[in-house]
Amino acid sequence: MKLNERSLAFYATCDSPADNAGFLYKRGERHTAYHRRWFVLKGNMLFYFEERESREPVGVIVLEGCTVELCDSAEAFAFAIRFGGAKSRTYVLAAESQAAMESWVKSLSRASFDYMRLVVRELEKQLEEMHSGTAGGRGGCQVAPTSWKQKPSGPERSPERLPALPAVLPKENGCAVWNNAPGGDPPLDTCCGGDNSEGSPPTLPPRRRASSSEAGSAGAAVAESPSTFCWLHERYGRAVAQLRKEWLERQPGPRL
Amino acid sequence: MRYNERELLSLARQPAEKAAEVLMRVPKKGSVLKKRLVKLVVNFLFYFRTDEAEPIGALLLEHCKITKEEENVFSISFLEEPERKYRFECDSEEQCQEWIEALKRASYEFMRRSLIFYRNEIQKMTGKDPLEQYGISEEARFQLGTPKQ
Repeated sequence: MKLNERSLAFYATCDSPADNAGFLYKRGERHTAYHRRWFVLKGNMLFYFEERESREPVGVIVLEGCTVELCDSAEAFAFAIRFGGAKSRTYVLAAESQAAMESWVKSLSRASFDYMRLVVRELEKQLEEMHSGTAGGRGGCQVAPTSWKQKPSGPERSPERLPALPAVLPKENGCAVWNNAPGGDPPLDTCCGGDNSEGSPPTLPPRRRASSSEAGSAGAAVAESPSTFCWLHERYGRAVAQLRKEWLERQPGPRL
Repeated sequence: MRYNERELLSLARQPAEKAAEVLMRVPKKGSVLKKRLVKLVVNFLFYFRTDEAEPIGALLLEHCKITKEEENVFSISFLEEPERKYRFECDSEEQCQEWIEALKRASYEFMRRSLIFYRNEIQKMTGKDPLEQYGISEEARFQLGTPKQ
């Protein structure tokens, strides 16, 4: 299977912040010798380099669907990345200290896209409940631990629907760039209800279950307008980009 | 670059966020439009020959740009090589727009930004960090850099 390797290598080596980075010993596939490699975790991709200064990764481990476990191994501070399939390879890694091992196990076990998506949906739901719910949703709101499973919309919820957005998408291409400079203003005057006062986040559109259509089926599960979310995201992204910029400027040294 | 192909193939078989038959052209000299099944799973776009179970290839959708081209057509390119475009021709303009929306939201980085925003908003409104109950407030990937209370 082909992969867009050049882009992968670029993603691995560009200066977007890594979720974790450091030296780890990696056990070979056929031989049990460990090799010291420089590892960089970005999103759900774990890249490894021969040297810290190497310009291209030797390889990458796609972490989707993996579990991370501690290892009973002669090697100290060892842990394993395991996958579900019968013939799947288990990656055995070893850190150089207890603290490093714990840090890696934590960051790897939550690295999957699926996990991130769950958390986002949960927060999205909470925010929506605060906006569209009753006054009881504000002030001292009990954020009770909810299960990860999606719950159907409660009957008391009255999601506010945004009027149809203009067909023209915001000027700035909503692409997945870490340092994406915020683009032109979205057309605020032509959308959103009256409660969209300056400074408050726009009303969230009604949530929908994620479509998990099999190949070939029409993407009919899109109940909310996708362009709404994209536009909302652009607007949200500006604040984040700005805060991130400020934060980066405050950092004393290169971020791990 | 080595990668765990078995797991990626397994990912390609999972239920897709979105899937369709489109015409696709890769940015290689002399390449032509071909009918392909494209399937969006997490932050990967897999593409198959229409009668095969195993994908020909996969695109990791990070640091990429989704561009509307002419009618029914969009392209994917990557930041470091913006002229190198993967071209996709859909059956309709509506389908084209749906794909553009879905692909723009498909990256891990996009989701991370959303999460950070929501976290911040909830914290502003309630004074509480919504991630605390899950024990993940300190995770590096969720940090915004606002001073800790």
